[in-house]
Amino acid sequence: MKSGSNLEKVIASGKPAVTAELGPPMSADAHEVVKKAGILKGFCDAANITDCQTAVVRISSIAAAALAFQNGLEPVVQMTCRDRNRIAIQADLLGAAALGLKNCLCLAGDHQKFSAAGKLKGHPGAKNVYDLDTCQLVGVLKKMRDEGKQEGGDALEVAPRFFIGASWTPMADPVDFRPINLMKKVNAGADFIQTQGIYDIEGFRSQMEKIRNMGLHERTAILGGIIVPKSAMMLKYMDSSVAGVSVPKSLIDRMNKAKEAAGEDKKKARELQEQEGIRITVELIHQVLETPGVKGVHIQAIEWESAIEGIVKAAGLYPRPTFD
Amino acid sequence: MIMGSQKPIDEIWAMVKDFNRVLVFGCNTCVAVCHAGGEKEAETIASLVRMRAQQEGRTMEVKHLGVMRHCEPEYFEPVMDEVKKYDLILSTACGVGVNFLSDRTGTIPVFPGINTSFFGSVEAPGFFKELCAGCGNCIVHLTGGLCPIARCSKTLMNGPCGGTNKGKCEVSNEIDCIWYLIVERMKKLGTLEKLSEIQPPRNWATSRDGGPRRISLEHLREYEEKEEKAQATGGKKQ
Repeated sequence: MKSGSNLEKVIASGKPAVTAELGPPMSADAHEVVKKAGILKGFCDAANITDCQTAVVRISSIAAAALAFQNGLEPVVQMTCRDRNRIAIQADLLGAAALGLKNCLCLAGDHQKFSAAGKLKGHPGAKNVYDLDTCQLVGVLKKMRDEGKQEGGDALEVAPRFFIGASWTPMADPVDFRPINLMKKVNAGADFIQTQGIYDIEGFRSQMEKIRNMGLHERTAILGGIIVPKSAMMLKYMDSSVAGVSVPKSLIDRMNKAKEAAGEDKKKARELQEQEGIRITVELIHQVLETPGVKGVHIQAIEWESAIEGIVKAAGLYPRPTFD
Repeated sequence: MIMGSQKPIDEIWAMVKDFNRVLVFGCNTCVAVCHAGGEKEAETIASLVRMRAQQEGRTMEVKHLGVMRHCEPEYFEPVMDEVKKYDLILSTACGVGVNFLSDRTGTIPVFPGINTSFFGSVEAPGFFKELCAGCGNCIVHLTGGLCPIARCSKTLMNGPCGGTNKGKCEVSNEIDCIWYLIVERMKKLGTLEKLSEIQPPRNWATSRDGGPRRISLEHLREYEEKEEKAQATGGKKQ
């Protein structure tokens, strides 16, 4: 075992792994983290704790991960390259390891421009860092763990033993470079990969075929990303505006039908769309898991953590494996 | 070349309004090409300041002047006596010129009339684009001649992030994703496999992160020193 994390154990057992996501609050509200941890506990093998996703200031990933961990939920710390240089990244990750956290997902991070979306003022004028990129960050973590050295070469008496992850957007432009992109992350040391949300299963399978031909599926554990759709509007937005995500018309039509079935009743329209969203999610989970080379799913129910229990049960992925 | 754009007149006015004798001092090299701070633009700014002064009931003497370059003494030394007659110099040179003058004008302040923006190209008349970040450690032989430090919003070194959308950057659909262009160009050059190599963490000490940078060509400096000595002693050039 590289880290001995629960996620690593599930993957090593050969059973399909399930990760979820916990978004920390935009305030110092520890209770919110504890509450969400309680909702997810038992229904996933580990939960990603986002690192100021969309560049919005929230409780830091490591602090929220420590709270989740104390409350029985195994966290995946997220570390972006946007906000910290290699000194801060390594210092924070030594701290995370010292707190007992064992999984770390390396990300470039959304540009600070996104923080001012919608009603939020955000911090679009912030200075970004990008001292390292994702590939380099993965390499730094591997060097710390396997060589017991900091990036600069100084020795670590106690090395942080992380299960190292990276993200992958299989269908973003330039599509034919994406397999090389994954290969670089795997070569750098990524033990597991969580993909961008998949709706276009054919597109994903075609990329996975290339990945299998390159043998990458045997060198890293690929968890297919599933973003739980809540409404027809959300699906349309993701199709038009989210990089690397295309949503087949048939899925948007299904959500529209669910919405229309409620007539003028807005509350019912929301409920029916949510129910349809969960049905679509369960189908996508099965399709992703049936794709050769896939080792699990990463289910993102954004600001809807309570949906995870029902989804995991309906997908036949409950109970989650436990280890002594 | 160095590109810049004029500061809004309100901002300029807030800087200059408390001075009595103002020289708007243009530079006729880079910033003239991008129509920001050449002698012609210095003249326009001077007129705008005069008009504003009139509107505000302020009595001010505002003149303009231009030299070929603000960043080498030989160009402005001939006009320094004139320049020093004013109690404020509003330089429309790039930041290099503003600093260079400030180091040499004693108690006369030098304020910036333009925002120095980037090292860029003239893509079309009136359209300028950043193409180099002056990071001090050029690697574009690895990226098809296109720079990910200057042209990627995240200065990524190992390929595109997940935010590339239809060839555009996640920051704006008006910004090309440089990694998209790098991949396409390297396909054309038949060198795409080079991108499979992992680029290790960079040494940013050659960039701004290493502090203000200097280049010293010792052989030239030695020659100049010898020549000065020879002239001082009445000797001939070697």
